Amino acid sequence: MSNKTDIPGKDIRIKIRGLTKAFGPKVILNNLDLDVYAGESLVVIGGSGTGKSVLLKCILGLLRPDAGTVEINGQNIVGLNSDDMEKVRRKFGMLFQYAALFDSLTILDNVAFGLIQAHGVPKKEAHRIALEKLSAVGLGERFAAKFPAELSSGMKKRVGLARAIATTPETLFFDEPTTGLDPVMGDVIDQLIVKSVKELGATGLTITHDMDSAKRISDRIAMLYDGKITWVGPTDELEKTDNPYVHQFINGLLDGPIKVSLAHND
Amino acid sequence: MPILQPLGNLTLRFLEIVGRLSIFAGTAISHCFRPPFYPKLILKQMIEVGYYSLPVVGLTAIFTGMVLALQSYTGFARFSAESAIPNVVIVSITRELGPVLAGLMVAGRVGAAMAAEIGTMRVTEQIDALYTLATNPFKYLIAPRVIAGVLTLPLLVLVADTIGVFGGYLVSVHKLGFNPATYIKNTIDFMENLDVISGLVKAAAFGFIITLMGCYHGFHSRGGAQGVGAATTNAVVSASILILTFNYIITELFFSI
Repeated sequence: MSNKTDIPGKDIRIKIRGLTKAFGPKVILNNLDLDVYAGESLVVIGGSGTGKSVLLKCILGLLRPDAGTVEINGQNIVGLNSDDMEKVRRKFGMLFQYAALFDSLTILDNVAFGLIQAHGVPKKEAHRIALEKLSAVGLGERFAAKFPAELSSGMKKRVGLARAIATTPETLFFDEPTTGLDPVMGDVIDQLIVKSVKELGATGLTITHDMDSAKRISDRIAMLYDGKITWVGPTDELEKTDNPYVHQFINGLLDGPIKVSLAHND
Repeated sequence: MPILQPLGNLTLRFLEIVGRLSIFAGTAISHCFRPPFYPKLILKQMIEVGYYSLPVVGLTAIFTGMVLALQSYTGFARFSAESAIPNVVIVSITRELGPVLAGLMVAGRVGAAMAAEIGTMRVTEQIDALYTLATNPFKYLIAPRVIAGVLTLPLLVLVADTIGVFGGYLVSVHKLGFNPATYIKNTIDFMENLDVISGLVKAAAFGFIITLMGCYHGFHSRGGAQGVGAATTNAVVSASILILTFNYIITELFFSI
């Protein structure tokens, strides 16, 4: 890993050491180390199937790693029981790739869900906050009574973002936030992410392979390849680095150290 | 021996499934007794399991009672025992046909719907979203369904018993020429509390099996629409087989009382 990981004077919000995860014989994450500092927006880039989603699920406690530690604010969450994990997750907000809104609930109830269920906020107050958050992502009151099936992909993402920020989380996670969106809507979502992270004073961790989006929303970028972080550094150094993996990935080149299989036999 | 390896693999696979299902069932049961409770969700599921199943269970029960009376008559007439028809109808319906047929019908209707709903939530990451919103899916999704199944199936079976016996009465009185008052008297005189109780115990067990199978297969579905389809089929098939298996086990238990 590059030596540019340390940011003096900043607290580490997420500290990952020796993270290893395999599915059968296939090793996805292999002794991975990564630090995410409080208040920064870190984007993890990497090709499809390199383990970005697995990394995110290990951090969120949705997958149990085979080895290694994931510390959130100094507490190792690997092996926590479900009640303790719930307490940790109360400080999280998460925007899923396809928003993952609850089909059976209205938009207002979706956004208010975490406030009511996990934070015990009275329904009336939760709905007031939910309307505020919907307004913050550019969706007015007229959307509140609609169901997710009635919204476009871009609107669903915005509702997902409103739901993620409704509980004023310490850490926000974004899984491929611009996937499936047109470039204009992708830009809108990126701006909302930057605004939300800044306004909340939260830490942001995003995984994506959309380089334009990564550059717009990140303070630092980390490149995941072969189960490890092969490079990490400030966003403005991404273009200057001589790391061959980064160079090949951000320029979309076939030739280079990243092995691209065009065969359909796997 | 080359035959031993596949046999061993099959045994290990079977034990893995049994282990996974046992852990799932244990977790589901433990969350039925631990707060927070969701009374509104339980009520919603009770309406889904009970109220919306009434037409299909009612129709099944009335035709079963009618056929039972007719077939019993065919057999009993051969040795002049037609007067035993009310007794056979009440015992068969309350002890056996009411709970089993209601269970199988609800497995097809509700078990499939639960597997499809939870399976869709799984493949669209809605269950992961529940976890990230610090809400345990076992508390929010599984426990209300299991509680609703265990509470509602006995009520549904009571209704099925009544309708089934009424079906036997209709055929016996209007087609076979029984005296209505005698038929009702014979039915009430012959019926024992244990007949009804054993049926209700079966119904509660079937309610647990149906909801558990629907939730289990939905919760573990993978791979998009195809996975959800497979989960739905597996939920109905496994619930039906388990209903028939536990029907024998519970009957055996009551047989020795």
